[in-house]
Amino acid sequence: MAAAEPDFLTPRPARVLSRRRETRESVTIALEAAGEAWLPGQFNMLYAFGVGEVPISISGDPGRPDRLVHTVRSVGMVSEALCRLRPGQWVGVRGPFGSTWPLAAARGRDVLLVAGGVGLAPLRPVVSELCRHRPDYRRVTLLYGARAPGDLLFRRELERWGHRVDVLVTVDRAAPGWTGDVGVVGSLLPRAAFDPEGGVAMVCGPEVMMRFALADLRRLGLAERAAWISMERNMHCAVGLCGHCQLGPAFVCREGPVFRADAVAWALGVREV
Amino acid sequence: MRTLPAARLGDLVAALRRRGWRVIGPVLREGAVTYGEVESAADLPRGWTDRQDAGTYRLERDPRDLFFGFTLGAQSWKPFLFPPRLRLWSAERDEGGSFEVRGEREEAPMQAFLGVRPCDLAAIAVQDRVFLRGDHTDPDYRRRRERAFLVAVTCGQAAATCFCTSMGHGPRARSGFDLALTELRDDAGHRFLVEAGTERGAELLAELPTRPARPGDRQGAERLAAATAGQITRRMPAGIAGVLRDSYAHPRWDEVAVRCLACTNCTLVCPTCFCMAVEDTTDLTGAAHRDRRWDSCFTAGHSYIHGGSVHASTASRYRQWLTHKLSTWVDQFGTSGCTGCGRCIAWCPAAIDITEEAAAIAASPGGTRC
Amino acid sequence: MLTVAEAVARCPLFDGLPRRYQELIAGCARFVRFDADVAIFLEGQPADRFFVLREGRVTLEVFSPERGRIVVQTLGPGDALGWSWLFPPYRWHLDAMARERVAAVAFDGACLRGKCHEDHLLGHLLMERFGDLMLQRLQATRLQLLDVYAHGSR
Repeated sequence: MAAAEPDFLTPRPARVLSRRRETRESVTIALEAAGEAWLPGQFNMLYAFGVGEVPISISGDPGRPDRLVHTVRSVGMVSEALCRLRPGQWVGVRGPFGSTWPLAAARGRDVLLVAGGVGLAPLRPVVSELCRHRPDYRRVTLLYGARAPGDLLFRRELERWGHRVDVLVTVDRAAPGWTGDVGVVGSLLPRAAFDPEGGVAMVCGPEVMMRFALADLRRLGLAERAAWISMERNMHCAVGLCGHCQLGPAFVCREGPVFRADAVAWALGVREV
Repeated sequence: MRTLPAARLGDLVAALRRRGWRVIGPVLREGAVTYGEVESAADLPRGWTDRQDAGTYRLERDPRDLFFGFTLGAQSWKPFLFPPRLRLWSAERDEGGSFEVRGEREEAPMQAFLGVRPCDLAAIAVQDRVFLRGDHTDPDYRRRRERAFLVAVTCGQAAATCFCTSMGHGPRARSGFDLALTELRDDAGHRFLVEAGTERGAELLAELPTRPARPGDRQGAERLAAATAGQITRRMPAGIAGVLRDSYAHPRWDEVAVRCLACTNCTLVCPTCFCMAVEDTTDLTGAAHRDRRWDSCFTAGHSYIHGGSVHASTASRYRQWLTHKLSTWVDQFGTSGCTGCGRCIAWCPAAIDITEEAAAIAASPGGTRC
Repeated sequence: MLTVAEAVARCPLFDGLPRRYQELIAGCARFVRFDADVAIFLEGQPADRFFVLREGRVTLEVFSPERGRIVVQTLGPGDALGWSWLFPPYRWHLDAMARERVAAVAFDGACLRGKCHEDHLLGHLLMERFGDLMLQRLQATRLQLLDVYAHGSR
């Protein structure tokens, strides 16, 4: 058998450099990069040897190209296997794939990031970029909601980011000792320094949460073409060939996962699309 | 154009085989016409025709005694260019825990497809647009496609399930083939009108015992194609792509869901359906494998994510299939995904008719669901 | 220094009301302040007023024997606090604790209810606004209940 022809369905082995447990369910792993250029919003297909492959957004800092960072939430066999990886072990990588968050379009404008649960992970590269090039943007606010205090990701970075951008955090349900806000992430909107005329919003989280957040933003007066969301669907090939990730005419792996809200608002309003 | 005596059809098979092509053509198996290896003209289902309708397929003796007197069987040419199961690669771990992926690169077979109906020829062109896109070409499809020799055949009869004419095709292929045959049987004898569509087609044609086509041959072919077109009764409503774009809430989806078994037959027999599942497995030696196999949007697993299926109901799955085939396919690839072969109508156990469903939706576009 | 009337005019809740109504409402209002960790009201107490927050955050809480104080919602500047003054038996349903130093406009419930009885149009306009706010609060609460971040919630 010959060595594999370079093929988009063939993963390259990548060594795990570090591992950090974020929450009960989530782990952040850093993989040795191989020079792949990637942009915030994109994802890799991560292959756990013999178990399977899943799409995971890149959650690292674009300013550190030596490593590919992913925050994995354990929801099934493959993600569980990825969460159990230790430094020095190997994983398969295919990618990067997909569309990107509109950082260029956001230049010179107010930026509002609305993240729910593990949805903060795909937005983390955006926050890194915004902090690094802070003067290029007007007012920047991150609204972050999670289920409970124990489910908050990147807690130390949230504090650090707070020095450069406004960070408002809330949980759906409090726990003893929690002195932060309680309530849905949409309730933080009135406190965001954000002008809906000219501002740009990026929303990421469970589909229900994004739908409600878009409704709140619409109520605030933000045009749908000024909001972006990140969609998720079942993916096998990640290159628009296997047919699984279709959202109407769009392949979420190619035209997404980042979509401008006006392109997919119709799909959010139809059941089982 | 040339004419080949019907009795010498075997020479075409022999010439192809001499040049190294494995000839795949219509053969009789288990009460139906299917595609298998053809070693001589005797393997073809001469003297048989088919009677098809919604949920119905029967073979019958044909008094015309033609080689291609049937219309088409359950199978299309899809499995020969896009195999139902394909091993993509295998990998083994080394002592360091890393692994090396090894591709399974068998030589793609040289296959000559003998008797490609124009609807199936169009379907191959539709799949070319799917698999041979600029940015991500499927390497296996490309190899098989390059090593495929296409011999089209004009339809001398239409089945009740055919509707190619309303999909922009017709009983006679105009392009996309290496050779095209039209079987004629009249006072001038039993013969094939043969046209070459490519250089390699012309080279092969030169080896066959043909004579130049006469005006009677050409006219006979035109008349035959027109007569076959005249037999077609079903049609796809015009503008269906636009209608379906706005019909996600149409009540017809719930109505067809009562009948649809989600059995996936339609996606299996369809010559253009391309959904594939990627499966990762291990064997007892500890080696890992990645395979690709046909999948269907009618399964619950197709849209599985986060503990549930996005397309939980049969209604939503039928809607996905029909809307993709006739509407969003156009947005994705520039043509309709349907070529009017009618297989999905014949092979649906619930006798659901794609043209009837499309017409029902087109008759009351939009539709609201309470 | 902001007058009460100016503060009332700036409340999102009363934004856009005719000037004479804003002044009428201001007649029932005054500035109040609370220190951090002070109870603004407690469950079961008579609900005779409501507040529009200007500075500081307030937590809405329920006290349970096994779990102690449970925060169900946090409110901040611009938010309206308190509905129980609108309907009999006029008793608070939750505890409201000042999370930090709080400045607010307090509205006398009986005073405002009286003015609404006298001027039905004012009553109608206020009910519309309170109704809308309650709807938003209800939606938010439902979303909290959905537990959207939990895995396998389908």
